Amino acid sequence: MEKNKKFNFTKILAPMVLVLLYLFFSIFGRNFFSDDYLINILDGSYYIGFMAIGVTFVIITGGIDLSLGTTMMCAALLGGAAFNSWHWPMGWCLLLVVFVATVIGFLNGVLIAYLNLPPFIATLGTQMMGMGFGAICTRVQTMRYPTFGTPEGWFKNFFYKTTGGFPVGIFWLMGFFLIALILLSKTKFGRYTFAIGSNREAARLSGIKINPWLTGVYTFCGFCSGLAGIFYAAVYTSIIPSTGNGMELLGIAGVVIGGTSMAGGTGTLVGTLIGVYIMSVLKQGLMSMGLQSHWQTFFTGVVVIGAVLLDQYRLKQGTRVKK
Amino acid sequence: MQHYTNKKEFSSYFEILENHERDGKPVAEVLLQMTDIQKSFPGVHALDNACLEVKKGEVHGLVGENGAGKSTLMKVLTGIYKRDSGSIKFRGNEIHVNNTRESQQLGIGIIHQEINLMPHLTVAENIFIGKEPMKGLFLDEKKANDDARKMLNALNIDIDPTIPTGQLTVAKQQMVEIVKALSYDSELLVMDEPTSSLTDNEIEELFKIIRNLKARGHGIIYISHRLDELPIITDRVTVMRDGQYVGTVETTKVTKSEIISMMVGRTIYEEPKVKSTVPADAPVILEARHLCGNNVKDVSFCLHKGEILGFAGLIGAGRTETMRALFGADPLDRGEIVVNAETITVKSPSDAISHGIGYLSEDRKGFGLAIGLAVRENSVMANLDAFLKGPFTNDQKIDVTTIDYVGKINIKTPSISQLVVNLSGGNQQKIVVAKWLIRNSDVLIFDEPTRGIDVGAKQEIYKLMNELVAEGKSIIMISSELPELLRMSDRIVVMCEGCITGEMNIEDATQEKIMTLATSKM
Repeated sequence: MEKNKKFNFTKILAPMVLVLLYLFFSIFGRNFFSDDYLINILDGSYYIGFMAIGVTFVIITGGIDLSLGTTMMCAALLGGAAFNSWHWPMGWCLLLVVFVATVIGFLNGVLIAYLNLPPFIATLGTQMMGMGFGAICTRVQTMRYPTFGTPEGWFKNFFYKTTGGFPVGIFWLMGFFLIALILLSKTKFGRYTFAIGSNREAARLSGIKINPWLTGVYTFCGFCSGLAGIFYAAVYTSIIPSTGNGMELLGIAGVVIGGTSMAGGTGTLVGTLIGVYIMSVLKQGLMSMGLQSHWQTFFTGVVVIGAVLLDQYRLKQGTRVKK
Repeated sequence: MQHYTNKKEFSSYFEILENHERDGKPVAEVLLQMTDIQKSFPGVHALDNACLEVKKGEVHGLVGENGAGKSTLMKVLTGIYKRDSGSIKFRGNEIHVNNTRESQQLGIGIIHQEINLMPHLTVAENIFIGKEPMKGLFLDEKKANDDARKMLNALNIDIDPTIPTGQLTVAKQQMVEIVKALSYDSELLVMDEPTSSLTDNEIEELFKIIRNLKARGHGIIYISHRLDELPIITDRVTVMRDGQYVGTVETTKVTKSEIISMMVGRTIYEEPKVKSTVPADAPVILEARHLCGNNVKDVSFCLHKGEILGFAGLIGAGRTETMRALFGADPLDRGEIVVNAETITVKSPSDAISHGIGYLSEDRKGFGLAIGLAVRENSVMANLDAFLKGPFTNDQKIDVTTIDYVGKINIKTPSISQLVVNLSGGNQQKIVVAKWLIRNSDVLIFDEPTRGIDVGAKQEIYKLMNELVAEGKSIIMISSELPELLRMSDRIVVMCEGCITGEMNIEDATQEKIMTLATSKM
């Protein structure tokens, strides 16, 4: 019984921190408790949210994907090139964004599952390749997506904000979050994601074909980066080549803060989403207190370390129970 | 005592068995028949005419020393290894399986010694992994839980199928493994050392389940080092030695000592040591008093100057753990270590090293050597402080010393700049020895010193060990090879499951005696 209590405590810790942070900034931040800030919190975390959902699956398998950020940017750049230079219709451009990212994810999967590269190395490589490839394809030109009111600007209204200013993006993120939730908890794909991360050898001995499933996980993660790319384009409009490096760490930080263990085998998408919003609230909250971005970065770092310390503590508890 | 050195001498046992069956009760249906299985790995003939027959409703023990080929035979059966020749008949049909999955589908389940569950997944999820009940595209968790509960109940196992297996005791996890194996409709279950980490009560629970399975007509291959368990749970026992079939006996018709003599009747190529070479008044150089730690239970022994003290036991007997605790590599819960009549505190390997203790790990590549570095770097690694000139390494002194020792203990290397990875196993072992000699160690702990070394190099290592003790060094030697222990040791300590179960002078030691002690749980 005592064990269960402790377990629950770590489970509710992240949501508690989120609520406490929100309350804290509502009291001490200037105008923090307002629609404007709430919308800022939501808008700023669409792309991080999609990346974090994808990489949650990867981290549950015990792997890591460092290529998320540049994959997202590379895909968005190619979509932008298709729009600006090749004059594709917007819909096709967006499909291209998702396609490119999915292909990079698939490449990660093949490198890791079939060619046995350590995930860290494989995705470090594709991170750089993605960054370079995006810049090459756009000849290092900033790619601009259509703005509100332009003929192809419908996609901003569709994915980002209605003409009335309502943040529709949140519905997309939540909708996708629910799909991912079902995928992780109710399908074979999700079950094997956990199984591989929990004990790969046992999974293999149980007759699970590890390689295709693992490739699938990285491909899915790539797909999520593609969606992130669409939302990044919708919110921020211009995509600058040779950026995106480091954005994956925001996604990973969200996952870690949410309580997913880097050792694999455990993790929740709810935690990930909360982790993403903890970072977002922290960022906007510190801004409302007049502290600049370097403070936000600093405190995000503090939260990540705190979360990982918690993860280790939890892991120790886990092994103690086993004995 | 009789020795059964090959199959022919043992034929009398077969005849007795067959006759008995002919005029006895109806002969039970044969479930599995493995005959003349051959399997070679480069340089090793792992299985040589191995045979095994299991009937329906039979618990069939499979015993043999470490390296006798039990596990290899089971790996051939379950498709992890491909046999070179021989036949495997299951339910009367010749089978060729390529992987564990295929053998599972045929109805052969294996429960490995180490638990192979996914600790974060629930009991039901583990049982149905790879064959999850589905409802369309989605997993049917309710059905999985219900079915798992039914299966657990059928075997009277009281486990909630919805909790993660990581939270269960090892015994319960093992039961989950059994249910998982049975969920493939396994008619034949292989259990590899199922009791090795269970308490007595848990073993009794396991035996209940095994009897239950037996009553339902399942065949069970039961691999165990605990010979005392055999009469309790098995019907027949097959003994293997050096990859060969020695014989199959009915458990009720043989004594433990007969089984042991079947296990150890290995021809000894080397003459055993007849008499201890240690003078009777040799001082005690190292004494361990009541050491307790992980798999080390109240271990006490002493080592005399100039003595080779052999440590015998089966894998998992706690010999390596004892030495690692003594050396400070693993934490010691309790106990006292006395070196030269002075009690010392060992908190880390550097403490032990400073008191003149050197440890030669059984895993040379993993712990003993930096194989990517040269002979020179490796030989001074444990004593680099003595080879410093200010903040820099004194390369000249290192070279002189290394060359000195390379000559002294006859390391065959083209130069001291040679990378260790390019040397043979025997020479690698000698470099580890050199490393500890350069450190001025008086007590050397050799853990399986000749493992993976060819016969010629073994002789060299033996010679070196004898020279070392002649010079007044003292040696503790852990070995799983009985002939080696009998040839080298002046005294032999036998361990079983973390305890010392016996100690004998070389004059009194025999293979049978050692094996009896090594398999008797206290």
